[in-house]
Amino acid sequence: MQHNALYTILFSAAVCVVCAVLVSSAAVSLKEDQLRNAAEDKQRNVLYAAGLASPAERLSTEDLQRRFEQIRSIVIDLETGEPTAVNPTGFDQTKESKDPDKSRAAPPNRASVKRVPRRALVYEVMEGGKPSMAVVPIEGYGLWSTLYGFLAVGGDGNTVRGITYYQHGETPGLGGEVDNPKWKALWPGRRIYDGEGGLALQVIKGTAGPPEQSPHEVDGLTGATITGNGVSAMLAFWLGEAGFRTYLEKFKEGQTQ
Amino acid sequence: MTGTNAKTLLDPLFESNPIALQVLGICSALAVTTKLETALVMCVAVISVLALSNLSISLLRHFIPSNVRIIVQLTIIASLVIMTDQVLKAYVYEISKQLSVFVGLIITNCIIMGRAEAFAMQHGPLDSLLDGVGNGLGYSVVLMATAFLRELLAQGTVFGVVVLPKVHDGGWYYPNGLLGLSAGAFFIIGFFIWALRCWKTDQVEQEG
Repeated sequence: MQHNALYTILFSAAVCVVCAVLVSSAAVSLKEDQLRNAAEDKQRNVLYAAGLASPAERLSTEDLQRRFEQIRSIVIDLETGEPTAVNPTGFDQTKESKDPDKSRAAPPNRASVKRVPRRALVYEVMEGGKPSMAVVPIEGYGLWSTLYGFLAVGGDGNTVRGITYYQHGETPGLGGEVDNPKWKALWPGRRIYDGEGGLALQVIKGTAGPPEQSPHEVDGLTGATITGNGVSAMLAFWLGEAGFRTYLEKFKEGQTQ
Repeated sequence: MTGTNAKTLLDPLFESNPIALQVLGICSALAVTTKLETALVMCVAVISVLALSNLSISLLRHFIPSNVRIIVQLTIIASLVIMTDQVLKAYVYEISKQLSVFVGLIITNCIIMGRAEAFAMQHGPLDSLLDGVGNGLGYSVVLMATAFLRELLAQGTVFGVVVLPKVHDGGWYYPNGLLGLSAGAFFIIGFFIWALRCWKTDQVEQEG
């Protein structure tokens, strides 16, 4: 169909306006649900890492809120390990690590972490008014994708209580098995640091014994050597000096007071 | 439903399947078929986008200036895809996280542009709607079959329910890792096309 240029321009403009209105109203009206979903997803995964819920139970919003009451969210200063006055609600660590004023270049590492934020959001599980477990965020590169997860550490600042990944794009059935509950069950009881304070926790190739025999090793995933290396590398980074080491030491001291 | 309507709706299932005969939309067919759950949501998303884009383009077909028609089609399709993505993020967050960019990439799925240009621009709204749903279903047949085989053989599960207990979970089944990778989907879709063309020999392309 032939039309003059004016018609073409007007028609295109009208289509654009109608589409823009539809898209923006969808985005605005659904925003609240989306933000709630994202926040709940994080909370759920903090609970999984801490062993306070399992992915098999489908937690309702109310259940989730109730269980999360025993958890204190704190924004800490990574360098000093001390809590800051920043409100944890609305704190976006990913955004801060991209902001040159609120982050610094990461020291060379195998986890492909480029920038470290100055502040980080951690979760402390309270038991009888005292924090008994700390849940810290971890992230790093595997085979295809960046894996995002949480690691729960006991009151001694050294014993792993659980691990979980809430976002990754590894191959299902191979590297994607980081989601497998059986594999995650191998983590609790392993120690992060060895007797001399060196970072020892890692994923090995093959099979490790129970925590009493191999306190620092976790079984590798079959067919997923590179994902396993990625997990080791991100643990080494986030539990090291540039990561949460100082905080975990402070956390341990807080226990003995 | 009259005979032609049924034909418009059902032909794309096997007679002119968008993936098997037209060989469109292969990229997402490889990417989202590792699990049935994600494949199912992807199918629903593609069917709704395809049906609505065909419908709206057909309604506008007499008004769209032919020199800018592709851009107009793309604008409509892109808007529908963004809205679908927003709805998924709001209501099935877990799955939308797994589908990641592939919902957004429905925009570039050739089936949708292909049907808009080849069918909706020449046919009435009802026919176009049926054609959209039909082609969406045709895409879904291949996707679901591929996802079923891949999830079953690579992970031993169907919709997350264990059917073949894996060796490292204490069972007897040695999972086939190849099918977990995209290459595995190529094999399955290849076999699907082969089987379909053995059944409907008129789909076999002439050589030379």
